[in-house]
Amino acid sequence: MLEIKGLEVKLEEEDKQILKGVDLTVEAGSVHAIMGPNGSGKSTMSYVLSGRDGYEVTGGTATLNGEDLLGLEPEERAAKGLFLAFQYPVEIPGVGNMTFLRTALNAQRKLRGEDEISSADFLKLVRAKAKELKIDAEMLKRPVNVGFSGGEKKRNEILQMAMLEPKMCILDETDSGLDVDAMKLVSDGVNALRDEGRAFLVITHYQRLLDHIHPDVVHIMANGRIVKTGGPELAMEVEKNGYADILSEVA
Amino acid sequence: MMVALLKPKLDALEARLAALSLPEGGWSAAARKDALSRLGATGLPSARDEYWKYTRPDTLNAPGAPRAAVFEGSETPIFSQRDRLKITFVDGVFDPAQSDALELEGITIERLAEAGTKDIHWAKDLYGVLEARGQSPVERPLAALNTAFATDGILIHVTGTPSKPVSLVYIHRDEVSDAILHHAVKVESGAEITLLENGPAAARFNKVLEVEVADGGKFHHVRAQGRDHERRAATHIFARLGEESLFKSFTMTANGVLTRNECVIEFTGDDAVAHVAGASMGDGDFHHDDTVFVTHDAVNCESRQVFKKVLRNGATGVFQGKILVKKDAQKTDGYQISQSLLLDEDSQFLAKPELEIYADDVACSHGSTSGAIDDTALYYLRSRGVPRREAQDLLTLAFLAEALDEIEDDSLAGEIRERLDGWLARRRG
Repeated sequence: MLEIKGLEVKLEEEDKQILKGVDLTVEAGSVHAIMGPNGSGKSTMSYVLSGRDGYEVTGGTATLNGEDLLGLEPEERAAKGLFLAFQYPVEIPGVGNMTFLRTALNAQRKLRGEDEISSADFLKLVRAKAKELKIDAEMLKRPVNVGFSGGEKKRNEILQMAMLEPKMCILDETDSGLDVDAMKLVSDGVNALRDEGRAFLVITHYQRLLDHIHPDVVHIMANGRIVKTGGPELAMEVEKNGYADILSEVA
Repeated sequence: MMVALLKPKLDALEARLAALSLPEGGWSAAARKDALSRLGATGLPSARDEYWKYTRPDTLNAPGAPRAAVFEGSETPIFSQRDRLKITFVDGVFDPAQSDALELEGITIERLAEAGTKDIHWAKDLYGVLEARGQSPVERPLAALNTAFATDGILIHVTGTPSKPVSLVYIHRDEVSDAILHHAVKVESGAEITLLENGPAAARFNKVLEVEVADGGKFHHVRAQGRDHERRAATHIFARLGEESLFKSFTMTANGVLTRNECVIEFTGDDAVAHVAGASMGDGDFHHDDTVFVTHDAVNCESRQVFKKVLRNGATGVFQGKILVKKDAQKTDGYQISQSLLLDEDSQFLAKPELEIYADDVACSHGSTSGAIDDTALYYLRSRGVPRREAQDLLTLAFLAEALDEIEDDSLAGEIRERLDGWLARRRG
């Protein structure tokens, strides 16, 4: 599904290398988790994959189902099935949540050469998905993320994911700022989307999210590289002992 | 004023007057004569006037209208699908063939050109009266010129609540037409009306709208200027508001080499509300000027000014807005915001917000900003699959939304939004 080889990235504005050769393969149907200390490059990798400005790829490749991602516009990546759930979802005053969802859904369909969804079908779909995430009609009417609590913003990200049905979902610290109940809601939303044709890359600091979303593979990222890969037990180890042991081991 | 500064203004007036003739008077004769004599003291605007620093008055002063190609749009004219009383002017001349009968329950309505010959008329207390009041403390010579020389207009006396809006449609056919229209609306106590205006009117259009809203009356105004580009327009609204009255005016402008919309509002009764708003979009040699003056001379009144401009390719936006709160106008709630969205570095927004407050128990605020499209919001939208241009347009509409919120009627607001959306989509191709 997602294949990253030797990815090197620096900041566009300054001479600072963030990713120093990331190798990562995520197979369809699987859930991979990435853990790592602050500043290790986890969020940068998610931004670079989704096409955010401000980064320069200095080496390596990233492909989605064999197609090069790095040369595409952000909207083209989205249409090909890439989705990033933001660590800090963006507030957009003046744009209604419903308008936003319908515009995004139809834009992706158009880019893929499909027909637009009818208003009736859209409403039916959004109501059903919103209900599962306990997002009420009032939240759907409000401008995108404006006045939403931290938990509401994250639920809104998962709603977008559920509506857009991407193939490769990257969740960037989706658990940050969530209380236990909200974490459960968000995890249930993610688990409901798990299937053979879809893969997840979950970036997190804590084991607790992985109690709800069970990963098949866990990677540790440090200093711009994946330094260790293992099973779910690796996350347990981090939770127990922190990163120090692992980092000294691979140094 | 120093004679040296006045001279060119008087010269400009002299040149202009030579090209005009005073219409037959009747009841309006005194007001026209008065306006002419006031004009004789001030002359026409000059670039050295305080409120004409950002907008060149030359082409508005000139004896003849600069040539303006007729714009042929393919879209259905705005408001045409709704139930309304339609009144059409072509190049400033009333066109009965494209107008409904001037009859509507709850109002009396007639043309200035036809009402002018009678001796007595309700409009005598309004025509040129609010315009004259609005000349102080800031001169508005083009409005005085209008009062003196208006060839026609619509006079509406609102005594009830008509079932549909009155819709003024302006059509431009002659490349050098020069139209001067003067409307007067008197809303009686407890009555309510919606006035719609759309169309380019003429190569050059000078329009005055005087509105008096009596106690508890309501006046709604929605105006669409555009998408024609070459025409020039100088418009004035003068409003006087009684106790617990409501005045709401919204203007959408797209394109136009020169548009100067002035709005002068005076609160004379307590507990009244006035909202005036504008959303404009300009590209290239676009110049759009909103000049607003709100005078609070009553207790507990609320005024809002919300102006948004989207500018690109060297377009210019101007906002001059003033809130004057007189000594006894306690509990005044005055708000003013003017913002521009600059889509490139060539465009400019010139804003002059002013507050002048003599009462001590008031809440007045104002703000003015210029900014570009929010990059983070743009990336967020694109990351969800919305292409760059479409995302930019979505954010552009979002920027204008606060001004559209000032339209009370949801279906009218929806029609304006649809039109803006359509224009943006057309640009995307």
